[in-house]
Amino acid sequence: MTASGFLYPAIGGAMIGLASILLLALLGRVMGVSGIYSSLLAWRDGSGWRLAFILGTLAAPVLLLLSGRPMSVQIAASPPALAIAGLMVGVGAGLGSGCTSGHGVCGISRLSPRSVAATIVFMLTGFATVAVMRHLVAGG
Amino acid sequence: MKTYASAFGIGLLFGLGLCISGMANPAVVLGFLDIFGQWNPALLIVMVAALAVGIPGFRLVKGRRPLFAGEMHIPTRRDLDAPLIAGAIIFGVGWGLAGICPGPAIVLAGVEPLPAFVFLATMTAGLSIAAVLRDWLNAHG
Repeated sequence: MTASGFLYPAIGGAMIGLASILLLALLGRVMGVSGIYSSLLAWRDGSGWRLAFILGTLAAPVLLLLSGRPMSVQIAASPPALAIAGLMVGVGAGLGSGCTSGHGVCGISRLSPRSVAATIVFMLTGFATVAVMRHLVAGG
Repeated sequence: MKTYASAFGIGLLFGLGLCISGMANPAVVLGFLDIFGQWNPALLIVMVAALAVGIPGFRLVKGRRPLFAGEMHIPTRRDLDAPLIAGAIIFGVGWGLAGICPGPAIVLAGVEPLPAFVFLATMTAGLSIAAVLRDWLNAHG
């Protein structure tokens, strides 16, 4: 891996970690995106800051586009695969009380046993799913 | 106002972190999850860097009163239960199918709106289904 290939993930990761600490220090809240997002499905007290957070996240790629550095992304999944993936991510994050940000970043930062366990489990099933899809189904 | 402005700013910092790190690009995520192929360690570096800030940062702020709020809302449960593990299993399979999780899905809505909206629509349905399931489990479990 080249130096620049290492640099961007490291800087971006540090920004994600810093954001999680700032949300705790300023608003006293855990930065779990699935929880923040699902709380918006029914408007209630505390929905305002959650909407502001989501809009800020959405503004990031727009800001990069306006500054002349548009994001380049490759989405390989077909629309039906995206629909199934979205459903499973939603059910899983809802049932498991968190996702990559809430368990993987905030929870492990707190050394929470639930979050450490959840992160290990979803990493393992993620590895297994890609192994099956890419190397068994696709036959590569 | 301070609450909304700081929440927006923190969301922006988080979103920029996702963009810059490569986490918002499903191809990078799938490259990390592909341990039997051409493994791309980028996401491991993202996690390590986030935790290198998060772990000492949490020790620094825990127990203090938040600047713009009355108290800290931090989960206190430490037990492992079936919904947590079952949820993580299902989440990981969905994550591996498309290389997208909730934070990046929101970023992608600003880059590739059509595929992102397909994902977000069913993710929203999934979160609602899980909420009903959890209520049922709480009532009958």
